[in-house]
Amino acid sequence: MAYSDKVIEHYQNPHNVGSFGSSKEVQARKDVGVGIVGAPECGDVMQLHIQVGENGVIQDAKFKCFGCGSAIASSSLATEWIKGKTVDQALAIKNTEIVEELSLPPVKIHCSVLAEDSIRAAIEDWKKKNGIATAVNAHAAHAH
Amino acid sequence: MNKPRPLYLDNASTTRCDPRVVEVMLPFLTEAYGNSGSRNHAFGWEAEEAVEKAREQAAALIGANAKEIIFTSGATESNNLAIKGAAHMYAKAPEGQTGRGHIITALHEHKAVLDPCKRLQKEGFDVTFLQPPADGVITLDMVAKEIRPDTILVSIMWANNEIGTINEIPAIGKLCHDKEIIFHSDGTQWVGKMPTDVERDNIDLLSWSGHKMYGPKGVGALYVRRRKPRVRLEAIFDGGGQERGMRSGTLNISGIAGFGKACELCQHEMQSEGERLLKFRTRLETELAKAIEVTQVNGNASKRVPNITNISFGFVEGESLLMGIKDIACSSGSACTSASLEPSYVLKSLGVGDELAHSSLRLSMSRWTTDKEIDYTIASITKAVLHLRKMSPLYDLYKEGVDISKIQWQTH
Ligand SMILES: Cc1ncc(COP(=O)(O)O)c(C=O)c1O
Ligand code: FES
Repeated sequence: MAYSDKVIEHYQNPHNVGSFGSSKEVQARKDVGVGIVGAPECGDVMQLHIQVGENGVIQDAKFKCFGCGSAIASSSLATEWIKGKTVDQALAIKNTEIVEELSLPPVKIHCSVLAEDSIRAAIEDWKKKNGIATAVNAHAAHAH
Repeated sequence: MNKPRPLYLDNASTTRCDPRVVEVMLPFLTEAYGNSGSRNHAFGWEAEEAVEKAREQAAALIGANAKEIIFTSGATESNNLAIKGAAHMYAKAPEGQTGRGHIITALHEHKAVLDPCKRLQKEGFDVTFLQPPADGVITLDMVAKEIRPDTILVSIMWANNEIGTINEIPAIGKLCHDKEIIFHSDGTQWVGKMPTDVERDNIDLLSWSGHKMYGPKGVGALYVRRRKPRVRLEAIFDGGGQERGMRSGTLNISGIAGFGKACELCQHEMQSEGERLLKFRTRLETELAKAIEVTQVNGNASKRVPNITNISFGFVEGESLLMGIKDIACSSGSACTSASLEPSYVLKSLGVGDELAHSSLRLSMSRWTTDKEIDYTIASITKAVLHLRKMSPLYDLYKEGVDISKIQWQTH
């Protein structure tokens, strides 16, 4: 399968790789939301850390990803897109926008779904830590 | 086709056709275009002569008699003809009934063995699919335990195509002969690479393919034993009665001539080639393990053909790894390359954990592989794995001392 130039670019130079600390450290931080989605058995695990300001604006985001090139590119792109957005704006990002931006073929759609799921999971985690009610559909299941 | 080609380490998938083979084939595509079945003119005689020469070459490679070689379109067809042909011929009950006979094979066989066996299962045969052990080697004992009074056929591959492991073939063959059970082996990854003698090794039916041994694609052979015992098969293709009625259809003369030449070259060169290939394999495995922590060579450490290695690089997904070494053509057992979301069934059947199966690469060398290519491959894989581990959440967890298998993952 041939990859789009954008996927290759993100793969070679991923944006915002990293974390805001070990799993224990970030658990203790109220300003950080953690989203881990996927499973090693499925060949894909995406981890997103977001750092959210008092005003509900995502100030910084870091990702780690075990998955194919499209999954790496999707998560790299997701960190770019959510930085500077409010959590509500970030929740509005759809996986289809990622598919379009990266020109992902149909078999790679689930990689973009994973990125959307990781954004939701990280925001949900941040909200929970800060006593903010989470939207009912935050758990939205995606079949793939 | 004019772009710079990647370095090719996918020879278990297919090999380049040796130029010496191509040279033998060409005349049969141009002036010597006869049908070997035409008995009454020079064009036919010329073609027949080529086919009979190839039959001798193929037989010589495996210690058989030329009369015991049936030309086919490749190992898939040979396997189908051997398995279905023997099952139908030796069935204990007619079509439409159950209890037609028992067949033994193994879970990590090629699909070209598994699927014919599954079809026979639907037709009323009982099939035992042996579960391979962690090292991938099917032993005599494993087969012996499953033999029943109604066992009619055992089909165990000689060397596995994904991990290169070698099953206990002469011993399993001997057992089958003692019990008067037909023994078939898929020799696709073995014949031409390792010394083969169907008499010494107790083989009744042996499949192999031209394009895995520097011959052309779309041509292969099935060895069918003629004495002690004389094995009979029900044909799959009916028609002109070529190949002693076992495989009708005008013969692929140029392909067969090339196949014969490829067999001859392998026979002469396998010894020195095998030594070279083993050096390459050893170097790949030891140097990669030295450079990268948490690597695992899949399959038995020593009972493997010299040209194939299958290595898992923990915490790194196979397809992304292939992307990082895209100027090296090779295969991964990861699901993401197949779009099925299921990692390699061969590795799974050995009990290799799913995440290590997703992290695996198969590298397979050839007659033309060079030391320089091996150096380059070691350097590229090391670089790509380290690049990906910087991004891997699983590697972080490992470094933190977390047991990944104990985490409740949100599976989907
Ligand atoms: C062990 C084994 N059996 C059978 C086959 C099928 O060979 P062919 O595609 O030439 O029919 C292959 C090749 O993929 C193989 O590796
Ligand atoms: S993560 Fe499996 S295909 Fe992308």
